[in-house]
Amino acid sequence: MSAVIDSHKEHGHAGHDHHHGPAKGLMRWVLTTNHKDIGSMYLWFSFAMFLLGGSMAMVIRAELFQPGLQIVEPAFFNQMTTMHGLIMVFGAVMPAFVGLANWMIPLMVGAPDMALPRMNNFSFWLLPAAFGLLVSTLFTEGGGPNFGWTFYAPLSTTYAPESVTFFIFAIHLMGISSIMGAINVIATILNLRAPGMTLMKMPLFVWTWLITAFLLIAVMPVLAGVVTMMLMDIHFGTSFFSAAGGGDPVLFQHVFWFFGHPEVYIMILPAFGAVSSIIPAFARKPLFGYTSMVYATASIAFLSFIVWAHHMFTVGIPLTGELFFMYATMLIAVPTGVKVFNWASTMWQGSMTFEAPMLFSVAFVILFTIGGFSGLMLAIAPADFQYHDTYFVVAHFHYVLVPGAIFGIFASAYYWLPKWTGHMYDETLAKLHFWMSFIGMNLAFFPMHFVGLAGMPRRIPDYNLQFADFNMISSVGAFTFGATQFLFLFIVIKCIRGGKPAPAKPWDGAEGLEWTVPSPAPYHTFSTPPEVK
Amino acid sequence: MSSHENYYVPAQSKWPIVATIGMLTTVYGVATWFNDLKAERAESNGPLIFFIGGLILAYMLFGWFGAVIKESRSGLYSPQMDRSFRWGMSWFIFSEVMFFAAFFGALFYIRMWAGPWLGGEGDKGVANMLWPGFEYSWPLLNNPDPKLFPAPSGVISAWGLPLINTILLVTSSFTVTFAHHALKKNNRKPLKIWLALTVLLGIAFLILQVEEYVHAYNELGLTLGSGIYGATFFMLTGFHGAHVTLGALILTVMLVRVWRGHFDADQHFGFEAASWYWHFVDVVWIGLFVFVYVL
Repeated sequence: MSAVIDSHKEHGHAGHDHHHGPAKGLMRWVLTTNHKDIGSMYLWFSFAMFLLGGSMAMVIRAELFQPGLQIVEPAFFNQMTTMHGLIMVFGAVMPAFVGLANWMIPLMVGAPDMALPRMNNFSFWLLPAAFGLLVSTLFTEGGGPNFGWTFYAPLSTTYAPESVTFFIFAIHLMGISSIMGAINVIATILNLRAPGMTLMKMPLFVWTWLITAFLLIAVMPVLAGVVTMMLMDIHFGTSFFSAAGGGDPVLFQHVFWFFGHPEVYIMILPAFGAVSSIIPAFARKPLFGYTSMVYATASIAFLSFIVWAHHMFTVGIPLTGELFFMYATMLIAVPTGVKVFNWASTMWQGSMTFEAPMLFSVAFVILFTIGGFSGLMLAIAPADFQYHDTYFVVAHFHYVLVPGAIFGIFASAYYWLPKWTGHMYDETLAKLHFWMSFIGMNLAFFPMHFVGLAGMPRRIPDYNLQFADFNMISSVGAFTFGATQFLFLFIVIKCIRGGKPAPAKPWDGAEGLEWTVPSPAPYHTFSTPPEVK
Repeated sequence: MSSHENYYVPAQSKWPIVATIGMLTTVYGVATWFNDLKAERAESNGPLIFFIGGLILAYMLFGWFGAVIKESRSGLYSPQMDRSFRWGMSWFIFSEVMFFAAFFGALFYIRMWAGPWLGGEGDKGVANMLWPGFEYSWPLLNNPDPKLFPAPSGVISAWGLPLINTILLVTSSFTVTFAHHALKKNNRKPLKIWLALTVLLGIAFLILQVEEYVHAYNELGLTLGSGIYGATFFMLTGFHGAHVTLGALILTVMLVRVWRGHFDADQHFGFEAASWYWHFVDVVWIGLFVFVYVL
């Protein structure tokens, strides 16, 4: 470890920048402690998982292109829906936001790096390990996990394939990674802010990530708890989820959704934060209602802990429970509404331009709101008995996750690409990427509302003839959306390799410390903390 | 915030990737092992892979913590770094609290709702139709399906070994605090004595816990497989016991470090973190004693 101490003697002290750049070769990425390196690795990993999970969605949509069984066996179809969900949630969306946090939070609060840089690297490398373990089960005898990403017992215990044991440990690794990542984010935000950067001066992306990190630390251990109970039921004869021994399969759902509901906010709150930076930049107006945005985010986070059973209305919970969870769920519309109105008010009478980040952000506000409204419909307990486990639910959560979380990530990527690469991306292609994604995604998911309301069940490889037309439209939309993402890959690579040089602040309405450092951001930034007035 | 000036960004480190490889090997080994056991395969390379993973993890723990101790002792850490460690440890303990909360939540849910419903009470009493005549009581000494899950013949009384164990752990919380006070006054000898005593109390607790388990398995038929009472009992006490083991191990490392002259009156966060952890396992035990043994 002498290298550590030596490098410190050379570079460590006040006022001097670290003069050394990145190390050479592949080992740079394996051994790095630099938040920008780690952020980039998270983002690339996330994109790889996005393509992998997306290709599984293509298999699903290909099978559903026409009624009847054409392409895959039902058993494999089940593995596809399961792995698509798991990979998108834990492999694509969450790591993308952790990557953005790694890159941007130190730059936004004026810190030289994340608080615990070695642990940061550990958090990242656990992810390829976890997903390697998980995805490899697809090729084993008996197949991969096939019980849906929500892995309800007893499907995931008594009736599970052998690969469930590997699934359980993969979840443990992902959980450890997320908890360490979240601890790092909190320690960075609470401890490494530049002088003068008070909590209420922090950019909203930092605020939303602080709250997201709290949610992660609060619920990932609960997920670890529930998979541990599964492990015990499967291998050590316990009866947590078996009524024959006095347990209860519904217990699984309670514990899972106690994790699962905050989890959906984990996937959206950082997008709220990013969009709250991007809309003011392109409307050239300060964010409307900053303080109310902070409190709304905190309220959403608090409410996320007391609404979990709205996923379980039809499973058989007492009437008092149905009512409590119905009203608590509807309450979430209040802080979410505050946010939507604040974004709209920020745009009101702004000098707006519509570069790619803004296009994705505006689409985010509109389409996420549609997803929010279908969420309100689902929150109505008696109506949910009709919607439950239909394509309406699939439409709902894809509307909050695709134009919500994923558009938030695209908006962030275009917004900060000039800072990361030092080049402007190709605006024409980026706009094409936006419109193709926008059309593809709406085409794919909007008809699902209709077939869902008409009763088409989710997670089934075949369907009634009456749903054929809408399903074909959905599939065409999904293929469009999927293919378009290769355009995104091309745009990013093109931007890394060259393009118009980006100034330190490429967007004239942008605010924040990240625009005070050159583009591309040097390997080490803010070794001396900036002064925030 | 002048302490920003000394912010320490460590250079490249091999420990994270070693830790990842170690963890992946360990969990791959253990999962293979479990699956082979369940499928009753004659041969399994799971235990060997698990063992190799464990060795890698042990190597990593020695190396990584060794590096941090070395850096800390050569004075590289600023007060700000110290605060980062404090935040890190606090939130780690919070995550552990939530891990136990999942199991306590399961226990409360079974006892408050699922159990009585299965016995025919309340809103969801129709569940009784699954096993008509099943009567619910806690501790559950008659399982709905006794063939699948044979019930225990008795349960552990709170006022025997568990009470002694409570006294042992609460005492150890005091002794570790006495050790901390001695460290703050730089009284090295009482520090060593109190800390050693804490470790001994922890080990005594563990020995009694093992004795209780042997008693439960051999004489009461109270096992992991004896229905939901045994499941929750062993899950909660077992994970707590694992945490006591880890805590005692950490305190032992601290004792060795104290012996080697580490820590001074002002700088001793490693020791403090260990004592936080110890208080945490103590508090969890109080919850266990009340909700698993007494009530």
